Amino acid sequence: MARGGILALGVAAIAAAGFYVTGATPLDSDALAGLGGDPAKGKTVFIASGCASCHAAPEAKGDAKLVLSGGQKFPSDFGTFIAPNISPHPEAGIGSWTLSEFASAVTKGVSPEGQHYYPAFPYTSYQRMTDQDVVDLWAYWQTLPADATPSQPHEVGFPFNIRRSLGGWKLLYLDDDWMVASAETHELERGRYLVEALAHCGECHTPRNPLGGLDTGNWLSGAPNPTGRGTIPSLRPDALTWGPTEIAYYLETGFTPDFDSAGGHMVAVIENFAKLPASDREAVAAYLKALQ
Amino acid sequence: MKKHLTFAIALAALGCGTTAYAQDDFSAQLKARQGQFRIMAINLGILGGMAQGKMDYDAEAAQAAADTLVAVSMIQQGPMWPAGTDNMAIDGTRAQPTIWEQNDDFLSKWADFGTAAKAIQAAASGGVEGLGPVMGQVGGACKACHDTHRAPAN
Repeated sequence: MARGGILALGVAAIAAAGFYVTGATPLDSDALAGLGGDPAKGKTVFIASGCASCHAAPEAKGDAKLVLSGGQKFPSDFGTFIAPNISPHPEAGIGSWTLSEFASAVTKGVSPEGQHYYPAFPYTSYQRMTDQDVVDLWAYWQTLPADATPSQPHEVGFPFNIRRSLGGWKLLYLDDDWMVASAETHELERGRYLVEALAHCGECHTPRNPLGGLDTGNWLSGAPNPTGRGTIPSLRPDALTWGPTEIAYYLETGFTPDFDSAGGHMVAVIENFAKLPASDREAVAAYLKALQ
Repeated sequence: MKKHLTFAIALAALGCGTTAYAQDDFSAQLKARQGQFRIMAINLGILGGMAQGKMDYDAEAAQAAADTLVAVSMIQQGPMWPAGTDNMAIDGTRAQPTIWEQNDDFLSKWADFGTAAKAIQAAASGGVEGLGPVMGQVGGACKACHDTHRAPAN
């Protein structure tokens, strides 16, 4: 209760910090001019970013996972977020959006109506996505099935239901610098892009402060499970002692080095990684082993 | 006998311990069901080690490991999973209550492991190239069940 009170005070203080700075700034509409989209490349971005893992219907399997009708619930300290319909349906989904609106949503967390999205949507990671990947992703989106299931409202109470306050949150925690500043080889660069941008590993594997901002000083060092049970393990080399081949094999098959298997949300993550080229799994392993 | 059994059930329902039924801590059932997963892991380790090239492929050893997986898949599960042995009720287990609440789903996922084990049994002595895909199938069966029915490690 005391924690809730401090949180409420904190959010109220941020909200009071200024109406102007909390406004939602969409992406510059010229940013994507001249880029053509390739749906085949967009499919890889889609898989690596795990879009379907959260936006497919609960319990969807196989091709049904391409129907992004929403409905999965994500409990947190701030309330329960319910993934919306983001299928290309013109009314229920995002079929009427422009490329620019889509890019603003994904990389800025700003809706076409100029509202902030809650960071349960990991634009805090996707902000590092290249313009070309955003354009390719949108091209792939046009090939996905439309679905008319209406989105459900989030179950989020006061004060977190004041979306404007997220403008302050973004000022504090939205930073598109890389967490690991240097990536000396092409492989490390690809690994960093996968971990820090598309696959958004840090969103679960990095602890959060009381306001829900990532504790970037403890990047990938593990965190309590937001479901309230168990912990999400550290991926730092002192804790994750597996070799690079073992990490890559885990991402492909779900088997740990002693042949236990993955469970929980990692199952969805591995389902995606198994579809990516082996070089991508190796790049993630190289990035993790190079963490300092 | 019947009266005796009814009495025992009534006691269990009240949550009472009874010295006459010393197995009530379920340690035997926990050891048995966790042991079968260990046997699976050890034999998957042999097959996976060969598939990854960490150890030399040996058709006979691969076949023995695969046969063991099929043998495990044939162990009847019911007696090892009595009601009241989920992780909300007792310590020492990561078994989620969903195993009992959605028992058909749990058993169908166990049956999927059996199907995958038979696939690996058919492929095991046919060369190392055949191991990768069937290992993927077994891995898929493991994950599908652990996704919902096993609690995360602490």
